[in-house]
Amino acid sequence: MSDRMSVLKTYKLFIGGAFPRSESGRSYPVNDHRGNFLANAAQASRKDVREAVTAARKAFPGWSGATAYNRGQVLYRVAELLEGRREQFIAEVAASEGVQAKRAQSIVDGAIDRWVWYAGWTDKLAMVFGSSNPVAGPYFNFTMPEPTGVAGVLAPQQSSLLGLVSVLAPVIATGSTAVVVSSLDRPLPAITLSEVLATSDVPGGVVNILTGRAAELGPWLASHADVNAIDLTGAPESMRADLERAAAGTVKRVLRAPSSEPDWTRAPDISRLKRYLEHKTVWHPVGV
Amino acid sequence: MVAPPTASGLTPEFADVTRDESSLRRFLHGLPGVDQVGVEQRAAGLGTRSIKKASKLWAIDTAISMVDLTTLEGADTVGKVRSLCAKARRPDPDRPEVPKAAAVCVYPDLVETAVRALAGSGVGVASVATAFPSGRSSMRVKIADTELAVAAGASEVDMVIDRGAFLSGRYGQVFDEIATIKHACGDAHLKVILETGELATYDNVRRASWLGLLAGGDFIKTSTGKVSPAATLPVTHVMLQAVRDWHDSTGELRGVKPAGGIRTTKDAIRYLVAVHEVAGPEWLSPELFRFGASSLLNDLLMQRRTQLDGHYSGPDYVTVD
Repeated sequence: MSDRMSVLKTYKLFIGGAFPRSESGRSYPVNDHRGNFLANAAQASRKDVREAVTAARKAFPGWSGATAYNRGQVLYRVAELLEGRREQFIAEVAASEGVQAKRAQSIVDGAIDRWVWYAGWTDKLAMVFGSSNPVAGPYFNFTMPEPTGVAGVLAPQQSSLLGLVSVLAPVIATGSTAVVVSSLDRPLPAITLSEVLATSDVPGGVVNILTGRAAELGPWLASHADVNAIDLTGAPESMRADLERAAAGTVKRVLRAPSSEPDWTRAPDISRLKRYLEHKTVWHPVGV
Repeated sequence: MVAPPTASGLTPEFADVTRDESSLRRFLHGLPGVDQVGVEQRAAGLGTRSIKKASKLWAIDTAISMVDLTTLEGADTVGKVRSLCAKARRPDPDRPEVPKAAAVCVYPDLVETAVRALAGSGVGVASVATAFPSGRSSMRVKIADTELAVAAGASEVDMVIDRGAFLSGRYGQVFDEIATIKHACGDAHLKVILETGELATYDNVRRASWLGLLAGGDFIKTSTGKVSPAATLPVTHVMLQAVRDWHDSTGELRGVKPAGGIRTTKDAIRYLVAVHEVAGPEWLSPELFRFGASSLLNDLLMQRRTQLDGHYSGPDYVTVD
């Protein structure tokens, strides 16, 4: 019976809610940890970065302007869809990362839980990061957090799903929009995540996922004047200093990365959320 | 024909054409039909030309110098016009070498403000007139509108043709109106807005173009920007062919101005390629080709920065208007 040939996949990028091929026309084979062919993935170019940033910028007013409650609901809904694709994620994580099924299962569950954890933060950010400040004068003085803008995220190279969720979810939970460069050798969970996002309520352009080389795309993201923050987690260590320098030229928030990938299974804290928030302080006269 | 003023400098051939309504109709309807598929294919084909590096930089600077920086909103204020004028004088304040815009285009009542803000800069002031954008008013109002703009110091007048008259075949009336307004303009340049989005066919665009040229328009302009579709490449092709043919038969150089819907550098460069290929290189100058645009200038400036800085630029680095 098993004469059937399975359909071999050539995946595409995820930009502005659509799935275009790379402008460059390039693709590359993705293998599992043993070197067996899994699928072809698109290899993004600098122009794909440009398009993705344009899409992310366009999506920013709507996403950052949505109420925190609404953003939370949208993210919870993504978690529901992740749950629905659980088996696929487990298979892809197992194949990509070369872990046993049981371990893959716990990674996927951890990733979904992390997504929910960040989703819960959307309507609590203002209370935790904002404040009402005492001032010596007849004024109310408030500080409130606002989303940073468009964030470029070089996703972890090793942890293809849990790591990806851990760096992406805080960006969109704050109301920023993201251009993600996925793991080069392990892009399948990121591609499946893009399919999840495309069928969820997340507006097109809020998350854009590019598969390809962080070493090639990183410099364009870091120097792009319309990107407001960059996460260097997935950047090659030798390039990080240069990327930081390029980012400094256009005043970006830079999330530095430890020299080796952190243990993503550790319980998260709010530090990543904090990096994608800007503080605005308002003075308001009292008693008028 | 009723109107006393006649288009000056017409060769005998064309003077004959404009003698009366029926000869005008015979001429306009005798113009060769436009091959719709052909012109669209040619426009799309020329649009695929790749312009890079030094040529792109040249194209960007040329396009900046051709921009008629336009604000035609009911909500326009003196302050907005002034800031637009400042931008036309020096589009990118960080880089003084960026060329000036060609003109600022406003409603007649704001011409005075613009003239004062642009004094001595070499940037022209264009005013829309003749009951812009619909053109639905009496001739007296249209003339008064034009005179108001010219008296306030406008160096260019953008008039709209009466599309109702044109579409019902009253070519003589349209001709007379253009000729009368041209007379009212005095020394100011006249741009004739055909509003191609309302003309329905390329044949009509060709006829209206010739009508505008015969009646003495210095420029023919695609659209008001208030009707969709506004400027498109194929329509601009047809108009460029008209000015080229006009030049071939009379030796006079007349200009073309696409307006509305041109927002990106890529679009602008496609138009420049069309100008070069359809009309000819001498049209690649602000004297003979303009872009009616507002947001285009910012995109041109961003692309210029991208070319020179080696990294992508963003809207945070240009002025908001």
